[in-house]
Amino acid sequence: MTISTGVTHRLKNFELKRNQMLKIENLHATVGDTEILKGLSLEINAGEIHAIMGPNGAGKSTLAYALGGRPGYEATEGSASFDGQDLLDMDPHERAAAGIFLGFQYPVEIPGVSNLQFLRESLNAQRAVRGEEALNGAEFIKLAKEKAALLKMDMDMLKRAVNVGFSGGEKKRNEMVQMGILDPKLAILDETDSGLDIDALRTVGSGINAIMRKPDKAVLLITHYQRLLDEVKPDFVHVLAAGRIVKTGGPELAMQLEEEGYEAIAEAA
Amino acid sequence: MSDSVKTSDYDAERKEMNAEAQEAVDKASTYEFGWSSDIEQDFAPKGLNEDTVRFISDKKGEPEWMLDWRLKAFRMWEKMESPDWAKLDIPMIDYQDAYYYAEPKPKEKLGSLDEVDPEILRVYEKLGIPIEEQKVLAGVEGARKVAVDAVFDSVSVATTFRKELEDAGVIFRSISEAIKEYPDLVRKYLGKVVPMRDNYFATLNCAVFSDGTFVYIPKGVKCPMELSTYFRINAENTGQFERTLIVADEGSYVSYLEGCTAPMRDENQLHAAVVELVAMDDAEIKYSTVQNWYPGDENGKGGIYNFVTKRGLCQGKNSKISWTQVETGSAVTWKYPSCVLNGENSVGEFYSVALTNNYQQADTGTKMIHNGKNTRSTIISKGISAGHSDNTYRGLVRVGPNAENVRNFTQCDSLLLGDQSGAHTVPYIEVKNPTATIEHEATTSKISDDQMFYAQQRGLDEEAAVSLIVNGFAKEVLKELPMEFAVEAQKLLAISLEGSVG
Repeated sequence: MTISTGVTHRLKNFELKRNQMLKIENLHATVGDTEILKGLSLEINAGEIHAIMGPNGAGKSTLAYALGGRPGYEATEGSASFDGQDLLDMDPHERAAAGIFLGFQYPVEIPGVSNLQFLRESLNAQRAVRGEEALNGAEFIKLAKEKAALLKMDMDMLKRAVNVGFSGGEKKRNEMVQMGILDPKLAILDETDSGLDIDALRTVGSGINAIMRKPDKAVLLITHYQRLLDEVKPDFVHVLAAGRIVKTGGPELAMQLEEEGYEAIAEAA
Repeated sequence: MSDSVKTSDYDAERKEMNAEAQEAVDKASTYEFGWSSDIEQDFAPKGLNEDTVRFISDKKGEPEWMLDWRLKAFRMWEKMESPDWAKLDIPMIDYQDAYYYAEPKPKEKLGSLDEVDPEILRVYEKLGIPIEEQKVLAGVEGARKVAVDAVFDSVSVATTFRKELEDAGVIFRSISEAIKEYPDLVRKYLGKVVPMRDNYFATLNCAVFSDGTFVYIPKGVKCPMELSTYFRINAENTGQFERTLIVADEGSYVSYLEGCTAPMRDENQLHAAVVELVAMDDAEIKYSTVQNWYPGDENGKGGIYNFVTKRGLCQGKNSKISWTQVETGSAVTWKYPSCVLNGENSVGEFYSVALTNNYQQADTGTKMIHNGKNTRSTIISKGISAGHSDNTYRGLVRVGPNAENVRNFTQCDSLLLGDQSGAHTVPYIEVKNPTATIEHEATTSKISDDQMFYAQQRGLDEEAAVSLIVNGFAKEVLKELPMEFAVEAQKLLAISLEGSVG
């Protein structure tokens, strides 16, 4: 009896360890001289979808950039690990190769570089870091076609220069195609729902579900609104205010936020 | 006490300096094409005088008229002065402290590439020539044919594919051979597009040109392969004075590729080439260059001085001349491939990518001289400046009084990397006919932090991200290059930018 309990306990521990993907403890981050994140802690396990909501200026985008390693977003205290590796010690491209994908709030234009070229070079750069073989042209095109179809994106769009002349909605869908092709473990999606009409929101939502809702993957959705969460059901909802997570709950917390506003909840916490 | 402190300071300082010097040497030796080959050379005595000119002419077994032409140029050059209008800072060049002629020791006449000195073949291999060559030599079906007239140092050692070209009636020779075999053709056109008196460096070239290429495409012939010349500068302190003349007769077409890399040298090397193109009625010449001569080290020491005069004459109606260049090398570049559009409806094009890094200086651009009716020109120039370099676009669009309905479109884009480099755009527009339509667009931009982070977040490291963005910036020009050159050019841009970020 005693022995069997011990075994169960140890197995449980083992399971937990194996599933843990992102662990942020007491993270402080500054932009310029201003401290934006002030002791943020968050754990994300494989198979989970987390949503972070919060008012403007709470530090949502700073969190995304700090996790992606953007220069100028400096972690001054605390820790962040990804799959057991010290994330803060890694270059941005190493974090990408480790499996972190950032969906940008404002996707960037790169004139003269086609989406296909950009993604093939990016994917093969990631594969090289991981010690995997590069995909050849044919293999890559096959993969790109498959993911574009999933997001209802025209292949012609992938032949155009990265985000150049794309509408807001097209840019966001393009981010999702990139996510599909790069196949990350953790997607941090920064206001992917902004600028989308209802139909596009649905397409993007179903794309996130199709690509990322898997036992070995996780998503961190950064959003202002409930409507994306209707499409992509979160397991956890966090409220970010003044650089810290002030409240955590289930999907019902998002509904409550929608009704009562951030302020009431932040104050109550 | 205080003395010993001083001594140790001094020692520490010296150690530091030595370490810096060692580091510089280590870095400099990483230059990809930084090697030189051991091939016996035959030199003209150092210095430049009439005897030097006679020596060169004699070495080449030239006819009297050629020697006279050279001597006339030399006497003209002696009275000229080096131009100083370009935005270039060039130390005085001592023309008496250089060799003007060097050739590999003569070997037996060669029938094929197999017989070429293995050392030279190794040079080719390092240059990446064999890929296309081997395909064709091995008789691979469908292999794109590229004829290589190898200018190794100053002398052509082998001309391949002569037979196939001859069957098509194409003449593809070193210019020294052509002077002897086709004197009438050469005499008719030599110096007609770039007159002997044109400019200081062109006149110098007339006097001492060592070798180069002559191409003649007969009426109605589409040249069956891309013609390619690889230049190497390989003898220490040897100025290179290439001379190229391409004549495309009525209704003909030729695409000519010029590619260069140079071994590393500590002393500056002078290069003053002249290229003349002539296109008759309905003829088209496409001239592509990838230039990667040694640019000097990261402190601006060494490197090639490149003073080139390239000009094309659209003599016939409906003729077309197109220059495409990717310039990443040389310490100093002074180069303005131009088109003189005399024929009605003739077309001139200039597509250029000029990349400068470290202490490189480039003053480059084009001249479009519209003399004929309904002539059109397009200029697309992409300048990329990194490090402490200076990159100037200088372009002239001139419309003569009788040139009706001329159209020109010019686009000049500059991309700056870092905060120590300079980009300058100097357009000259002279219009003497009111029916002309001239458009000039210019932009200057930097690689944004947003672009860098976006690319890095997708998995590219810093250098790969810069290379990708720069190649995108230059895309409009790179797509004008023949395929095999385009790939090489992309790699070249990446190599040339190494160390310019971070």
